[in-house]
Amino acid sequence: MEKTLAALSGVLERSLHGEAISQRPGLLQSLDPRVKLVGLLALIIASAASRSLWVVWAVYAAGLGMALLSGISLGVLLRRVWLSTFIFTGIIAFPALFLVPGRAVWSVPVLGWAVTEPGIRSATFLISRVLTSATLALLLMLTTPWSHVLKALRTLRVPAVLVVVLGMTYRYLFLLVEAARAMLEARRSREVGKLPPAEERRAATALLGVLLSKSLQLSGDVYLAMQARGFRGEVHTIDEFRMRSHDWPALGAMLGAAALGLWLGR
Amino acid sequence: MQSATAFHLKDVTYRYSDDVCALDHVSLGIEEGESVALLGANGSGKSTLLRVLDGLYFPESGSVSVFGEPLTEEHLREEEWAFRFRRRVGLVFQDPDVQLFCPSVFDEVAFGPLHLGWPRPEIRRKVAETLDLLELSHLRDRPPHRLSGGEKKRVALASVLVLDPDVLLLDEPTAGLDPRSESQLLDFLIGWSDGPKTVVTATHDLGGIADIANRAYIFRAGRIVTEGTPEEILGDEALLRSTNLLHVHRHQHGPETRHEHPHRHTHRDHRHHDPGI
Repeated sequence: MEKTLAALSGVLERSLHGEAISQRPGLLQSLDPRVKLVGLLALIIASAASRSLWVVWAVYAAGLGMALLSGISLGVLLRRVWLSTFIFTGIIAFPALFLVPGRAVWSVPVLGWAVTEPGIRSATFLISRVLTSATLALLLMLTTPWSHVLKALRTLRVPAVLVVVLGMTYRYLFLLVEAARAMLEARRSREVGKLPPAEERRAATALLGVLLSKSLQLSGDVYLAMQARGFRGEVHTIDEFRMRSHDWPALGAMLGAAALGLWLGR
Repeated sequence: MQSATAFHLKDVTYRYSDDVCALDHVSLGIEEGESVALLGANGSGKSTLLRVLDGLYFPESGSVSVFGEPLTEEHLREEEWAFRFRRRVGLVFQDPDVQLFCPSVFDEVAFGPLHLGWPRPEIRRKVAETLDLLELSHLRDRPPHRLSGGEKKRVALASVLVLDPDVLLLDEPTAGLDPRSESQLLDFLIGWSDGPKTVVTATHDLGGIADIANRAYIFRAGRIVTEGTPEEILGDEALLRSTNLLHVHRHQHGPETRHEHPHRHTHRDHRHHDPGI
C-alpha cells in the first residue's frame, strides 16, 4: 500500500513538473489549447492509420522537434515514454516476433523458435505507433494546464458533465492521496519494527475504510457547496480561449501534416 | 423578498439522527444590514444553523423566512426563486477544500454566476473584478490544491462575493489561518461589512468579533443561551466559561512563577485577553 501511495505521489509530483513546463515560453505553450488538442490528435490518428513505418517515424520526429521548440528536455520525454512503452507494449509485441508467419530471419538457440520478418515488422509498427501517440499526448499534457485540456475537450463535443467530473476527480485525487499519506505517516510514527502480514492487511483495510468514509463525507459537503452557488443538476462550463493570428497557421500546419501522413501511408 | 428582515427563525429544530439534535427550538431574527456573530464551542449547532439559513438543510419543525418569504424546499425547487435566493445569500464553508471543487481559480469564481445563468461577457468581467478585489488575479489559472491555506480561503470568499450577495454567511472564516492571513481576511471583512450588507459569522474564535459583528448569539448544545452586543458577551466571563469559549490557561513565568488566568478562544496572534494581570 505504501508503495502504491508513493507511486501516486510520484504521479502528482510529475503533474507539478508538467504545470511548471506549461508556464514556460515555447512553441506549444503559445498555442490555443484547442489547436493543440485538435492538431496533435490529428497527428496521432495519422500515425495510427499509416501503413508506412517512415510516416510513423516522420510524425515521431515532428513530435520531438515540437518538444525541442517548446523547451522540453528530450531526456525527460524519452525516459518517460520509452520506459512505459517498452514495458507495456513490449510485452504485447514480443510474441508477434514468433507468431506472425513468414520468412524466418533468425532462430532462438536451444528453443528453436523462429523470428520472422513480418513478425519484426508488426512488432516495430506496434511499438513505433505507441511511442508516437504517447509522445504527442505527453506533449499536450506537458504544455497545457489540465483545466485547459479539459475545456478544450468541449471543442470535440465531449459532454460538459464528463468534463466537470474529470476535473473534480483530478482535483480531489490530490486531496485524498494527501489524506492517505498523512494517515500512513501517523500510523508509522506509532509503529516499531515490521507488522506481521495479517496485521498489515488489517491496518490497510482500516485505512481504506476511513478514506472511503472521508470521501463520502467530502462528496456530500461538496454537493452542498455546489448547490449553495446555484447548481441544480445541469452543468455549465466557460472558457476564455481566443484564437490569435499565429494559431490558425499552426492548426493548418498540423492538420496539413496529418493529411499528408494519411495520404502517404495509405 | 422585499422586507427589512433578512432572516426570521421560529422554533426551528434540526436533527441529524434520533440521537443527534443539532438545533433545538431555535428562534431568532436578523435584520438587513446587521452583522451578527453566532458563538459557541464545537458541536453547538452554529454550522448547522448557517446551512439552514442557506437553504441547504430544512428543519424538522419550526419555520424559516428570508426577506419576508418562507424558505422552503418547495420555493427552492422554483428556478426563478432559487436563482434570486442564491444570488442574494452566499455561504463560505469552513473547509475551503469543500468549496473549491473546480480545476482552476478562474473556474471556481465563475461557477456561481455560470450556474445562475449570467451572460458570458458579464461573468468574465465580474470574475476579473472580484479576483482583483481580493488580490488573486495572479492565481487565476492555478489549481486549488496548489494554493496556501490563506489563498484558498480568499478564493472561497471570492467565489461567493462574485455574486455580490446581500447576505454573507461565514463558517469559521479564520479557522486554520496563520496570523497574517487571518488579519488580512478580517480586515477585508471589516471593510466589506461596513456597508449595507448583512453578515452572519459562526465562530468560536472571539478575537475579531467586536470588529465584525454588532450583535452576537451564544449557542450551547443546539440552543441559544443568550444574545447581546459583542461587548456585553465578551465582558461576561462566567457565561464564556459555561459555554466553553473561555478556559483557564496555565503557563510559567521564569523557573519559579506558575501563573493561571482565563484565556479566551482566539487564534489571532494567540493573544491573551487577561483581565487578571
